[in-house]
Amino acid sequence: MQRGLGDLDELYQDVLLDHYRNPRRTRRLESPDAEVDAINPFCGDEIHLQLLMGDGRVSKISVTGQGCSISQAAGSLLAEIVDGKTPDEARELRELFRGLMTGEELTDEQADRLEDNLALQGVRRFPVRIKCALLSWSALSDALDKVSPAG
Amino acid sequence: MAAGAHLDVERIRADFPILARKVNGHPLVYLDNAATSQKPRQVIESLVDYYERYNSNVHRGVHTLSIEATDAYEDARGKVQRFINAPSPQSVIWTRNTSESLNLVAYAWGDANVGPGDEIVITAMEHHSNIVPWQQLAFRTGATLKIIPETETGRLDMEQAAELITERTKIVAATHMSNVLGTVIDVKTLAAAAHRVDAVMVVDGAQSAPHMPVDVQDLDCDFFAFSAHKMLGPMGIGILYGRPEILEAMPAWMFGGDMILEVTYEDASWNDLPYKFEAGTPNVADAIATGVAADYLSALGMENVWAHERQLTQYALDRFAELEPIRLLGPREVDSKGGVISFFHDSIHSHDLGTALDQLGIAIRTGHHCAMPLIRSHDIVSAARASFYIYNTEDEVDVLIDGLKEADRYFSKAGVA
Repeated sequence: MQRGLGDLDELYQDVLLDHYRNPRRTRRLESPDAEVDAINPFCGDEIHLQLLMGDGRVSKISVTGQGCSISQAAGSLLAEIVDGKTPDEARELRELFRGLMTGEELTDEQADRLEDNLALQGVRRFPVRIKCALLSWSALSDALDKVSPAG
Repeated sequence: MAAGAHLDVERIRADFPILARKVNGHPLVYLDNAATSQKPRQVIESLVDYYERYNSNVHRGVHTLSIEATDAYEDARGKVQRFINAPSPQSVIWTRNTSESLNLVAYAWGDANVGPGDEIVITAMEHHSNIVPWQQLAFRTGATLKIIPETETGRLDMEQAAELITERTKIVAATHMSNVLGTVIDVKTLAAAAHRVDAVMVVDGAQSAPHMPVDVQDLDCDFFAFSAHKMLGPMGIGILYGRPEILEAMPAWMFGGDMILEVTYEDASWNDLPYKFEAGTPNVADAIATGVAADYLSALGMENVWAHERQLTQYALDRFAELEPIRLLGPREVDSKGGVISFFHDSIHSHDLGTALDQLGIAIRTGHHCAMPLIRSHDIVSAARASFYIYNTEDEVDVLIDGLKEADRYFSKAGVA
């Protein structure tokens, strides 16, 4: 059966495209507590992530970069959801997001916690693009380890 | 065979089982040949035949299977020798791939002949595998790496080349054909310039040997590296041609079985060429299959292969002109390029384009093409690439162009393009 590009709708959901066109939290921070560059060596996609901490939480975050729609939208969605979270909460979200990408069954409560990041769910049907979605989360992991070493 | 055709493409296609495959419900349109080519039934069968009938280690047994395997292995070397018109079978060394061939030269010739203050000249169009081995050699020896720039029309700046190749130059290393731009480099002229200053000329032939007639003696290069898997052969085997007198003088690089003449606990001496550079049990099955691939191409005639691809590339270049938001890298004229077209969309990232085309069964390369410095010099981070071979048709180019139009419509509707 021949298919057109309709199947792409599952990948390129409106929320994702919106974040790709208008990425959030892109203003660079003057003096961040942690700063990480992540590069995907296979495709050259880049993410630059900065964290500023306050009261044990992420008080400001900036995610910029260049690359495909998935990698850049994922960075923007990450920035929105991680803002205001404690390092432990952010790490929990990272694990939930990894689960979302690798096809783990998430409970409704877990899915709700991912908020708009659920728009990236379709990526798991395109396995070669999963690394695009995870690039900024791997940058976040490194940044969190700098401000709050994992227990 | 159609009038004006250089190859009987329909007959060729019947030799490639994979071309009958469907991808996402569409007939496969395989346009990623610069990454690796597909394999004809003859090559696949030679692998099965070897393992089913005469699998054995070479150069050591007196039994029938070992003799047959050794004969076939050396016969394949002769086929490759004739394929590139090398002066002797001893000047053809089996390696794992082009990268290993180039590393062999960098370590064995480079470490013995390059020192502080010397210069290594490469071009702005190199694949990482013809950059990093020289960069590392420069780090090890205190030499300097110099880059011959690209002109505005995607060609190599030969005037700059003449200035950059000086008495300090020890090695000139250049691709014969760029894997990104498709540009064919006049390596014969570079070799003459290298030889005037007693430097060696190393040619990365990974993209040229599969597609055009290659005569290493006419090019007058000192080393010529290429891979079997881009020329219908199996993965995991490559070739290094070296000028015989240079190979004779060059120290061994890897040590072990097959490459030795005599071993005592005090010392060891080396086997003759080419075995001095082939340590350990070689990749016999893939070498034999490489010989079959070379025969397949020789039977078609490399002039015909080259003419077919240039005709197809001209057709594609004409059709690409219809695509307004898409821009091309490299020369626009087929007289200076082979069957490689790299392009980028003004607002759709190449991975998004690649995913969309894959939905339509079209395989192209996307990303930095293992040539990050070249891609960056064009002020982009990523490009898409269609590359052609003997089994591609104008119909497939049409499918690609239609696919790109459809992708453009899709992403425009999504507000991206």
